[in-house]
Amino acid sequence: MRQVDYGSSLNLIAAWLVALLWFSPLAYALWTAIHPVAYEVRFDLTAPLTFENFIDAWAAAPFARYFLNTVILVTMILVAQFVLCTLAAYAFARFEFRGREVMFALVLVQLLVMPDILIVENYKTMRALGLVDTIVAIGLPYMASGFGIFLLRQTFKTVPKELEDAARVEGAGLFQILWRVYIPLAKPTYLAYGLVSVSYHWNNFLWPLIVTNSVETRPVTVGLSIFAAVDSGVQWSIMNAATLMTSGPLLIAFLLFQRQFVQSFMRAGIR
Amino acid sequence: MRNTINLRLSWVNAWLLLTPAMILVIGFTHFPAVKTFWNSFFSTPRGKRPAVFTGLENYHYLLQDDIFWTVLKNNLLFSLGTVPTSVCIALAMALWVNGKLHGRGFMRMAFFTPTVLPLIAVANIWLFYYTPGFGLIDQIRSLFGLPEQNWLGNPDYALAAVIVVAIWKEAGFFMVFYLAALQSIPPNLREAAQLEGASSWYFFRRVAFPLLMPTTLFVSVNAVINSFRLVDHIFVMTEGGPNNASSLLLFYIYETAFKFWETGYAATLTVVLVVLLSIFSVGQFFLVDKRIHYR
Amino acid sequence: MKQTRQRMAALIGAVTLTLSVAMPAQAVDLQFFFPVAVGGKAAETIESLTREYVSSNSDVNIEAVYAGSYQDTVTKALTAAQGGKPPQLAVILAVDMFTLIDEDLIVPFDDLLSDADKKDWIGGFYPAFMENSQTGGKTYGIPFQRSTPVLYWNKDAFAEVGLDPDTPPATWDEMVSFGEKLVKKDGDGNVVRWGVRIPSSGFPYWLFQGLTTQNGVILMNSDGNETYFDDPKVVEALQYMVDLSQKYGVMAPGIIEWGTTPKAFFEGATAMMWTTTGNLTNVRTNAPFPFGVAMLPAKERRGAPTGGGNFYIFKDSSDEQKKASVDFVKWITAPEQAAQWTIATGYVAPRPDDWETPALKAYVEDFPPALVARNQLEFAVAELSTYQNQRITTIFNDALEASITGEKAPQAALAEAQEKADRILKDYR
Repeated sequence: MRQVDYGSSLNLIAAWLVALLWFSPLAYALWTAIHPVAYEVRFDLTAPLTFENFIDAWAAAPFARYFLNTVILVTMILVAQFVLCTLAAYAFARFEFRGREVMFALVLVQLLVMPDILIVENYKTMRALGLVDTIVAIGLPYMASGFGIFLLRQTFKTVPKELEDAARVEGAGLFQILWRVYIPLAKPTYLAYGLVSVSYHWNNFLWPLIVTNSVETRPVTVGLSIFAAVDSGVQWSIMNAATLMTSGPLLIAFLLFQRQFVQSFMRAGIR
Repeated sequence: MRNTINLRLSWVNAWLLLTPAMILVIGFTHFPAVKTFWNSFFSTPRGKRPAVFTGLENYHYLLQDDIFWTVLKNNLLFSLGTVPTSVCIALAMALWVNGKLHGRGFMRMAFFTPTVLPLIAVANIWLFYYTPGFGLIDQIRSLFGLPEQNWLGNPDYALAAVIVVAIWKEAGFFMVFYLAALQSIPPNLREAAQLEGASSWYFFRRVAFPLLMPTTLFVSVNAVINSFRLVDHIFVMTEGGPNNASSLLLFYIYETAFKFWETGYAATLTVVLVVLLSIFSVGQFFLVDKRIHYR
Repeated sequence: MKQTRQRMAALIGAVTLTLSVAMPAQAVDLQFFFPVAVGGKAAETIESLTREYVSSNSDVNIEAVYAGSYQDTVTKALTAAQGGKPPQLAVILAVDMFTLIDEDLIVPFDDLLSDADKKDWIGGFYPAFMENSQTGGKTYGIPFQRSTPVLYWNKDAFAEVGLDPDTPPATWDEMVSFGEKLVKKDGDGNVVRWGVRIPSSGFPYWLFQGLTTQNGVILMNSDGNETYFDDPKVVEALQYMVDLSQKYGVMAPGIIEWGTTPKAFFEGATAMMWTTTGNLTNVRTNAPFPFGVAMLPAKERRGAPTGGGNFYIFKDSSDEQKKASVDFVKWITAPEQAAQWTIATGYVAPRPDDWETPALKAYVEDFPPALVARNQLEFAVAELSTYQNQRITTIFNDALEASITGEKAPQAALAEAQEKADRILKDYR
């Protein structure tokens, strides 16, 4: 019995150590953001507080615009993914047609070879479409997501066929069946998938870096990287203030709802 | 009669439902993949000079390109360093948060923060951690009388340093999957085990872990893919240095294509990356999948 | 989508046509890409200068586009050109000149200027800056937002160890002997302050070029198709840089991060640092001790590379656009504007007559360190720039990093780099 206690307190210490390590970058970001530049690398509890870094960061780069771009981007991708993946998943889950297996295999390939890797050719495609340096170009390669189609197909398959038949008897058309039967039952999947998608695209960097080059299209990540890469060296206070301002809303939303997220993952069967 | 019409209609409907998604999937995955393969046999067009067919010349160059071999080795080490560690830590985190530890609310939040913070920005914070002399790690080391250590500027440590950041970034995200899986293990299983006097370690090893196997498969395939895709922090922390000691395949592809403007050779490198990814993920799938069945 | 755009273009074309018939003196439209590489008011200043110019010149309309970093700007210009819509004017790294020529994107200024202009205007820039703007007897770029590296030193630290706080090291030997005095260790024998810091991350070639220049050797020819990486004097310079940490112990070992260098200086972790003049304002604001700014120390001679951008005029523009671009470049590099620009950003004004303006005179009187960079120009040389520039500099950087981290001996690393560079550049000879 005593041995177990010993083990469990060791367990607790380990858990706390890892938690502190994981939390420390955010803690450091908060520290530097609310203290003068001189305290960036000195952790003196008597250091004066300041709001200056936020003001400086806000004035130094068009973060409001970057933030807006990111919000537009993430919303656009999410809506498009929901629509396209729902339609495709429904076809895969409930229709018999020649070529279904081949098409599904093609979709699964995308789980492996994500658009992030084919940056050169996708860039050429965007150039051919005249879309370079547009927000649409950042989102387009991700809109038909293999992961989304796969997940929704799994969920739709668990929906009892009788429900669909009943709706059909009532005279519901294809889209009505989708809207009234399948989508409500797949809510947790949408939530879970939406979370993965939002956190991914909010933080995505390489592809937006390549395909954008003006203030009007740049998402926050690219804006932050340009802001950081100046000749005068890293200025953690202002950089972190900018990071907190632009990631703050997402951070707070995720922290408030994290319990629900886990539950949606559970119900969606993503595990 | 009615049935056949229905069938034909359903055939048409299915394709109508599928087409928009398939156009995009094929347009941004299969088409560029095939074109990349095709272009890997051509030279890079420059100014008014068009691309010319050069056969295997790019591949020949690849074999002789010592940077490619360094980067390939780095990437394999990066995968080896990030995949098992981040999966194990994720599992431990999920067990901690799912248990009855003090402060598990804070823990869950702490573990989850990296998922929401952009790596490109947080990499600057890690840069501070690793800075010799006044960086966080060295400030702690100096309390123990240890000398300063140049983590990122030393080829022996640079790769390890960026691996740590990748693990930090990923583990909390994977934890969510494990957590969802743990919570869906029926509670009566645990109660039954307790009644029979099984220790919690025994329960984990013989009951929970096997039940988590599908999650482990899913998470580790993702971790492998990410290990070939996650390069954001390289831009900020090392730019692949010193002398390519921390450069990864995708970062080298980016440099080749968008800094050197060698799109032909970049295509060749991309082909290697895609082949590697396929081998790894498919291999892993079969390996782990088999084990799931045997248990 | 495409159709709509074509129709739009047709419509706009028709409207422009009508307008130009109605008003013969139609304004010339210019699109102008510019990068920003320093914090502060750079973008704002360029935009306000452009507005000022447009408001007093009704015959031209300039759209100034902030394109991000230098890397973003060249990428944007190259892709826009490949898509058939290049800008008419852009500020791009001076070292990208050969790339732009190679891609057949830019035209020399010479064809657009009168003989008097060529002599008085082009001849009026510091020759050190023009080295990265001219090749084959033609001028392809006009220097803009240029900088050069200088040495900053901590006067308190100098006084603390008994050095004259107002005398920076003037030679390589002095940098070592001063450095040895300035190194401070704690009770455990661990270094808490280094003598000097020459950052070597990312683009080590730039500051290293200071050392090679001082050692009396240049790294490439002006045609941009030959490099001299394995010259014994280059090897000697690299050996000196390696020795600073390996032999004399005055500089921290390993690759030294560029981005954290100013902070290390402010924190007293180093008593001297080499970095760009672009850091002047930053150091002035944040150094908690009196500091000095000096030219880099000398070996055979003083020396430093230049850095920064050029104005380039794109080939695919109408004659009117080219002429309007030249007029705008002339105006924005004229003394009054250049002075305003230098004061706002810390970049080095590119012409001697810029420094005669009352505004700049007052500025340097108030802050004399701003003069150091200008005075150093006398000894400055072209920044490393060749055809396939990014590839060549990357090869060179890799060799420098391999030597600094002790993976390869300088001689071997540089010989290898030269061989690789030759293989690429032989197509351009």
